[in-house]
Amino acid sequence: MTPTGEIAALFGRVIDLSLLTMLVLVAYQMLRSRHLFAIVMMSGIYSLLSAALFVSLDAVDVAFTEAAVGAGVSTVLMLGAMLLTVRRESPARSGRAAIGVAVVTLVGSALIYATIDMPAFGDAAAPANSYIGAAYMERTAAEIAVPNVVTAVLASYRGFDTLGETMVIFTAGLGVMLLLGAGAPRGGRAVKDRPADDRGGEDQPS
Amino acid sequence: MRDEHLILRVVIKLMFAPILLFALYVQFHGDYGAGGGFQAGVIFAVAFILHALVMGLEETRRVLPIGALRMMMVVGFLFYAGTGAATMLLGGNLLGYDAIAPHSTHHEGQHYGILLVEFGVGMAVASTMLMIFYHFAGREPEIRDEDW
Repeated sequence: MTPTGEIAALFGRVIDLSLLTMLVLVAYQMLRSRHLFAIVMMSGIYSLLSAALFVSLDAVDVAFTEAAVGAGVSTVLMLGAMLLTVRRESPARSGRAAIGVAVVTLVGSALIYATIDMPAFGDAAAPANSYIGAAYMERTAAEIAVPNVVTAVLASYRGFDTLGETMVIFTAGLGVMLLLGAGAPRGGRAVKDRPADDRGGEDQPS
Repeated sequence: MRDEHLILRVVIKLMFAPILLFALYVQFHGDYGAGGGFQAGVIFAVAFILHALVMGLEETRRVLPIGALRMMMVVGFLFYAGTGAATMLLGGNLLGYDAIAPHSTHHEGQHYGILLVEFGVGMAVASTMLMIFYHFAGREPEIRDEDW
């Protein structure tokens, strides 16, 4: 490896390690905090940090989605949901802590044990890089003629999957409309959680 | 809240159009660079969510009424499914885009098909995200300052 390449690799490793450290710190703070607003904000930061990590892993499309959905929309939705409930988490009962610690330790050590068998990052012989992944890379230029292979796989090779995904999103929206939406399309009445108290105004979305 | 947050309101006003433009870029540039319908739809929705956070939901509802969102949700999904049906009517498989331009030497049909399908995805995602946001935010009329 050339000296410049070595420096670049070292630099990349430093960035990866600092991002991972920050992820752990943010996750720990989220566990410690009882202030729901702070937790929602930190989950946004967590998403943004993982987006940066995806960029460093060359998964730009995933990073894009994570930044837009995780750090953007879901943070706002969590804020909106938080406004409907209390602002602080109620303290958990400490009696069951031992079971939780045992389960987390067990699952954690199993996962760490599993990483020993994982192929090295960027390994050309790894299952993700051979078989169908390699086939898509080889055939996209000739069959789809689209530079971005991710788009070719998503919209053309697996267009039927994406149709299903769009259907899932549509259904999710429909579910929220039915659960939270005040009133049926044919003139239902506004739903109120509590009898009219301090909140002013009508909460009828349509 | 209306008369406060002047800086935020000015910044959002400045940012609103560039965010929409960026969403359109991500939408229609998806087969050349990163992104596509899903990301573009979310970015499109984020512009309106920012608008709602600062100007108030009532104001945003006047810009983009909930009935229009309801239509967009359905039209977006049907746009995708309709592309699939169209390729079938043209004699290909479901979502077999080559049927759109069968005599093209450089898979023109694939380009058209991907663009159409991604457009449907973007429309469905943007409207669904906004719909969910409207419903969550619509239950609390205004975010009071002490809530922050």
